[in-house]
Amino acid sequence: MDHRPQAWGRPRDDVYGAYDASYLQTNGPKTATQSPIVTGTSVIAIKFKDGVVMAADNLASYGSLARFTDVKRLRPFLSTSIVGFGGDVSDMQFLDRHLNELAIDEAYEHESTATTDTDSPSKTGQLNAANLHKYLSKLMYRRRSDFDPLWNQVLVAGFDAHAKPFLASVDLRGTTFTSPSLATGFGAMLAQPIMRRFAATEEDAAALTREQAVDVVKECMKVLFYRDARSLDRYSIAVVTKDGVELSEDEQLEKQSWAFAERIRGYGTQVV
Amino acid sequence: MAAMFSQNPLMNGPNYSVNDAPRVNAPEGAREHRFDPYTDNGGSTLAIAGAEFAVMAGDTRLTSGYSINSRHHPKLFKIGGTTADQKDATIVLSVVGFAADGEALKEKLDAVCKMYRHRHGKPMSVKACAQRLSTILYQKRFFPYYAHAILGGLDEEGKGAVYSYDPVGSYEREQCRAGGAAASLIMPFLDNQVNFKNQHIPNSGEGHALQERERRPLTRNEVEVLVKDAFDGAVERHIEVGDGLQMMVITKDGIEEVLLPLKKD
Repeated sequence: MDHRPQAWGRPRDDVYGAYDASYLQTNGPKTATQSPIVTGTSVIAIKFKDGVVMAADNLASYGSLARFTDVKRLRPFLSTSIVGFGGDVSDMQFLDRHLNELAIDEAYEHESTATTDTDSPSKTGQLNAANLHKYLSKLMYRRRSDFDPLWNQVLVAGFDAHAKPFLASVDLRGTTFTSPSLATGFGAMLAQPIMRRFAATEEDAAALTREQAVDVVKECMKVLFYRDARSLDRYSIAVVTKDGVELSEDEQLEKQSWAFAERIRGYGTQVV
Repeated sequence: MAAMFSQNPLMNGPNYSVNDAPRVNAPEGAREHRFDPYTDNGGSTLAIAGAEFAVMAGDTRLTSGYSINSRHHPKLFKIGGTTADQKDATIVLSVVGFAADGEALKEKLDAVCKMYRHRHGKPMSVKACAQRLSTILYQKRFFPYYAHAILGGLDEEGKGAVYSYDPVGSYEREQCRAGGAAASLIMPFLDNQVNFKNQHIPNSGEGHALQERERRPLTRNEVEVLVKDAFDGAVERHIEVGDGLQMMVITKDGIEEVLLPLKKD
């Protein structure tokens, strides 16, 4: 037995073999995020008459393991915009720290105006949601071009320079797009068709009330929980309006009905 | 080497220095997962040059795989205006392929054209802009912008000009060009309808004696109908094309933009 201090607390070489430190290699090529590890599933959002509703569940999965069940994936920015993260959670936390820094710098920059009036961000000269989305898309595109991507799909909600509701997405390759409703991951298959029934066009979205939009989003979260195996029944929901961001981070799915499950036949070992 | 200086008397094996650890070779058949910086966002574009106008068109669908990300994502951009709204622009760029690269390419070319305007006090000609676009594309020859670009405008004589590019900057001035997902569906149609390929004067002869139909420039109205027909056909046969048709007509009076509906299925 080797009793010297440098061997303390280590598996014995004579029993377990020499420690394979090859994956800790500090020389050789730099390896960036090559695949996501701890991940968040769908983020969904829909525009309505005077704002945007966004939701995401509070789960961070480690593969198929429901690892962290109280992770907040919706982050407010300058209390005028909301950013929803799907994909790798560590990259989300990096982006969150980065955006916090940015928000602090912005607050200092616009200190005098920000404290005196509560107008829209475009009037005070602060970054609005459209600006923030542009910033994030440039960041993401730069990182993909460096082959060091931030493994996220991000939804940004808030208002643009014309004080119109704004909703847009950016992914790990820097691809950006906008739509009256948006969903990442599984939500793109399961929630987006439901949301498009209510807001197929910008005009449809402009006719939706806040209550309707919230109901649609809650219904979508339920469908996602029914069918997405990497989802949770506790979720965060945010409503962005001109008055600011209302974020509720500990919602529970209500009025679930698993009756439909009985009728499902033909999956797995069940053949009849 | 590491074993010689080992601090581990029992094993006389490698010590605990991380850097000295033997590099275990990857097992046979191990595959390295690499990040793919490219995707295809579908969509299709089309440009036709007329006698004193040029028509650019593109659908507004943005896809990834079988999903429709957006039903309204324009692929046509006015380039080189004085302000952000591009009110006084005279050149139109269309990009199709990988949307993020397309966006980056558009912003780069627009910045270059704006710089040119400030330096020289005049807008860039299409010819100059076309050459510059080729250079921009070739600058990224070994990590290309994965996009099929088409540039449209009016040349020095006021004739419609269409320049088409490959992703690394090879370019050519043409009468018409289709790009993107449904290019292979639209281009043969254009060959036939714009350049009158395989059209002959009836009863003009047998075999090689058969005379070709005489070529003439199309009118603006004919072109606009042709563009709509081309996209209606493409929508029917290609899943990545649809939702809306964005069309820009460049004339000496400026750029007119129209948005027409396409099938959303």
